Amino acid sequence: MQVAPEMLPGRRPLPPGDFAQISAHATTIVALKTAEGVVMAGDRRATMGNYISSRDIEKVFPADGYSLIGIAGTAGLGIELVKLYQLELEHYEKIEGESLTLNGKANRLATMLRGNLGIALQGLAVVPLLAGYDEDATDLSQAGKIYSFDVVGGIYEERDFDSIGSGSIFAKSALKKRFQRGLSSAEAVKVAVESLYDAADDDSATGGPDPTRDLYPVVMTATAEGSKRVDEAEVADVAREIIASRTENPYG
Amino acid sequence: MGMQFYTSPEQIMRDRAEYARKNISRGRNVVALSCADGVLFVAENVSSALHKLYELYDRIGFAAVGRYNEFENLRTAGVRMADLRGYSYDRRDVNAASLAKAYAQTLGAIFSEQTKPFEVEICVAGVGVDAQADELYRLTFDGSINDEPGYLAMGGQAEQLVEVLREGHDFEASLSDAFALALRALSSGGENGSQRELTTDVLEVAMLERARPGRAFRRIKGAALEALMSSLTAGESEESQTPESGSDTAES
Repeated sequence: MQVAPEMLPGRRPLPPGDFAQISAHATTIVALKTAEGVVMAGDRRATMGNYISSRDIEKVFPADGYSLIGIAGTAGLGIELVKLYQLELEHYEKIEGESLTLNGKANRLATMLRGNLGIALQGLAVVPLLAGYDEDATDLSQAGKIYSFDVVGGIYEERDFDSIGSGSIFAKSALKKRFQRGLSSAEAVKVAVESLYDAADDDSATGGPDPTRDLYPVVMTATAEGSKRVDEAEVADVAREIIASRTENPYG
Repeated sequence: MGMQFYTSPEQIMRDRAEYARKNISRGRNVVALSCADGVLFVAENVSSALHKLYELYDRIGFAAVGRYNEFENLRTAGVRMADLRGYSYDRRDVNAASLAKAYAQTLGAIFSEQTKPFEVEICVAGVGVDAQADELYRLTFDGSINDEPGYLAMGGQAEQLVEVLREGHDFEASLSDAFALALRALSSGGENGSQRELTTDVLEVAMLERARPGRAFRRIKGAALEALMSSLTAGESEESQTPESGSDTAES
């Protein structure tokens, strides 16, 4: 008697899932170190395949009083990840009476990502970028720190700047030309917004500054004064300046 | 087998209440009062590491007197409940009343079911949009819950302290006036109603700041506490200044 158990429905490999069309994807985030700490910025677009599902999504958040988190990948999972992460940091701080060290925060985030590995391998990956002001740093000029991650929970501390998401290759190339060590926060905001402009220029899933709808990147800083969002009007001015200079010279 | 003597339930409850009351009355005092700037907590506490005043959630604070390990248990349970509820629903769905009710149930159950009641008295305070909307709940060891009218005192000399607060309390008072009143109340807790001198190193001060968005709880310590204290002595000496005493009294 011949049997062929591999033909049973349960044994057949599942077709690769294509979730691009059913869930929103968040795109480009950049972060760079400054003299005062760090700056992080994210564009406002979310996509579902070729469809723009949101023009005003926010993908950069304060993780706690001194750190920032940005997300790329499946937006729904990413925002949930951020919410849970913020809760964990706050809960720890309230129970223990002081917050985790910046390294501790990065390790915790890596563990949460590792827990998400199964779903990431099925096509719903989410990758965060963490940047913060290290209150324990002895040298204040070294207090800004950036950590990048991968879906398996690897942590990589970045030297100067980093970017994640579909437009990250273009944003990183722009940062390479513009970044300098010891920039002030105000200068770093300009560099960050400009790198997102370049990402939007070449990546269809990254949104550029949108003066017609008055939508500009979300930019946040983490310094000794804590984490805070850069005023939208200020970012709008920076973005308009960049648009004006690119109108003069499209290649920056 | 030994003979069990009959003890009436009334007697058991009376003994437990007396036991708890006796131990709580040995503790140092805590006052909480509502003022124009928010809800102010002032505790007499010699330790700078073991606090009596804590944050529960965005607009909710916690104060306790009695046995440290017991109220620490209650506090962590409260933080856990608040954080879980805020995560499951929304941050605005966490309110002081529901936390106070949960504490009342826990304390009530422990009082009637365990051999030894908790030797604690706790306060759950919520800061509202204005001083009239503030909530102050005082919970005793047997699970009774009291909705207090703008001020409360807990600890050994609570009754004496409440008298002082009742006379001086004003919802429209500024932070420094409220602090002066709290200090006057705490100082009145000496032997046989005598006044005591309290210095900043035996005081723990915190407040729920009405104007602060998000997490309103703030500890007033170090330089901020010294400044608050010196604003007080300056104010007092101004009041006590007579035409002939001149400015040299300002130092006292």
